[in-house]
Amino acid sequence: MWRWLHPYAKPEATYNLLQKFLPWFVALTLVTLVTGVIWGLAFAPGDYQQGDSYRIIFLHVPAAVFSMGAYMGMAIMGAVALIWQIKTAEWSIPAIAPVGAALTIVALLTGAIWGKPMWGTWWVWDARLTSELILLFLYVGVMALYFAFDDARTGAKAAAILSLVGVINLPIIHFSVEWWNTLHQGATITKFERPSIATSMLIPLVICLVGFAFLTVSLVIMRLKNEILRHELHRPWAQQKLEQD
Amino acid sequence: MSQLSGRQTWLTILKRDLRIAARRRSDALNPLLFLLMVVTLFPLGIGPGPDILARVAPGIIWVAALLASLLGLERLFRDDFQDGTLEQMCLLPQPLAFTVTAKMMVHWLLSGLPLVILSPLLALLLSLPVQGWWALALTLLLGTPALSALGAIGAALTLQVQRGSSLVSLILIPLFIPLLIFATAAVENASMGLAVHGQLAILAAISVLTVTLAPLAVAAGIRMSVN
Amino acid sequence: MAFDSFTDFVAMGGYGLYVWLSFFLSFVVLAGVALETLFAKRQLVKKSGQLQQRQQRLARRKASRAAVGDGNESKT
Repeated sequence: MWRWLHPYAKPEATYNLLQKFLPWFVALTLVTLVTGVIWGLAFAPGDYQQGDSYRIIFLHVPAAVFSMGAYMGMAIMGAVALIWQIKTAEWSIPAIAPVGAALTIVALLTGAIWGKPMWGTWWVWDARLTSELILLFLYVGVMALYFAFDDARTGAKAAAILSLVGVINLPIIHFSVEWWNTLHQGATITKFERPSIATSMLIPLVICLVGFAFLTVSLVIMRLKNEILRHELHRPWAQQKLEQD
Repeated sequence: MSQLSGRQTWLTILKRDLRIAARRRSDALNPLLFLLMVVTLFPLGIGPGPDILARVAPGIIWVAALLASLLGLERLFRDDFQDGTLEQMCLLPQPLAFTVTAKMMVHWLLSGLPLVILSPLLALLLSLPVQGWWALALTLLLGTPALSALGAIGAALTLQVQRGSSLVSLILIPLFIPLLIFATAAVENASMGLAVHGQLAILAAISVLTVTLAPLAVAAGIRMSVN
Repeated sequence: MAFDSFTDFVAMGGYGLYVWLSFFLSFVVLAGVALETLFAKRQLVKKSGQLQQRQQRLARRKASRAAVGDGNESKT
């Protein structure tokens, strides 16, 4: 069943595959993101309640979605690394974590900036913002643990175990924070949750979501290529690859 | 040599660790004193008004308990790792995930249980209404096993890291958040005379889940460090 | 087109500062990750070059030492 996976346990095979796919992903990222952002900024109609400030949604929601998605991907790679001891899966953890952390920071920044005109302050303990902040802490923990070890393999294993622990905890944290928010909801009403969104706004949002998906994958591929080369630097094939660039 | 059964092994480890702890009393005592002092700091910092104190008491006590539970964690496996006891534990016929529960139990007996016993005193210091006292004790009783289990994960993962205590706090604090939310909500509800069964049930569920799954992660972490 | 003129587009119905600030900061963060990755790649190229040079130097030295060693043997 997993026969197709076996060749990619060899770092060189994975590297070649990644190299083949990267230009396509970068191209798709540029096309979808530019389309989505221009459509969202210039062509989508204004919101009748929030005016044009709602246009931040085209960054905030995709970044929030894929900050969680990247954590999920990291945990899956962690499981692969622990079960099959595949090195490339281990190296994908330091490749994914910074990308996920950056997406989390984007979600936090856009959420805070969106909050200013809506709530009058830069920071409100809104359910989604709080979840994102905790997610950032989880990413920081995984990265700190990975880099704390002298031996990269041990660090990768520790980070893999932690990301699995985190992924089990993530839904619990998410729901507890949401529950906590409804409990303490005073003057602020969360403005991110809308019952429905007009199709004219939904189409650019979906394009942006697809664009962020490609962006996440492209960045991860770029970083994973680096990680593979970093660990295979003493091998002739890696040196040849680096000479070509 | 006669083979020890699973339960005998478990009890042997438990007794051994308790005996070691009894010889080094300050290790178990210091986190409790730390907790007491942190709780003392708050009335000094925000004023001694009973209204304010009662309002923030559940949060203060639980945050202090979380911080105190981080203090002794570095020692949980460190000594056994350095003198080779952990390697021996890996070689036992019983699975490592089973034997480490004995060490987690010892940690809970030394850090969680005293907290439960101490809780009325803390509630008194922060002028929590009397109807909140039992809720506080119950949340601590139900929540601290999860603290010990999560703490053991952190301790196992950072075994090889020199001076890993700040790293342990970094990776554990986000995982503690659900416990904090439900425990403080339960105590708040209780001090207002509302029902708390729901929150306590969720706390118990989190604890059961954590105590069941954490040994697997702890065992994986120890094997990773020992090899 | 949701806006009548370019100035309208920049003003974003009075929310221009927030909208453009959030897009700018997001771009900075994400471009920062991409640039850091490219920079790391260049470091790797440099490191690989150094490694190769050292390997060649070691190989040459070994070869020359082997030659000298032969000479010594023949003298004794």
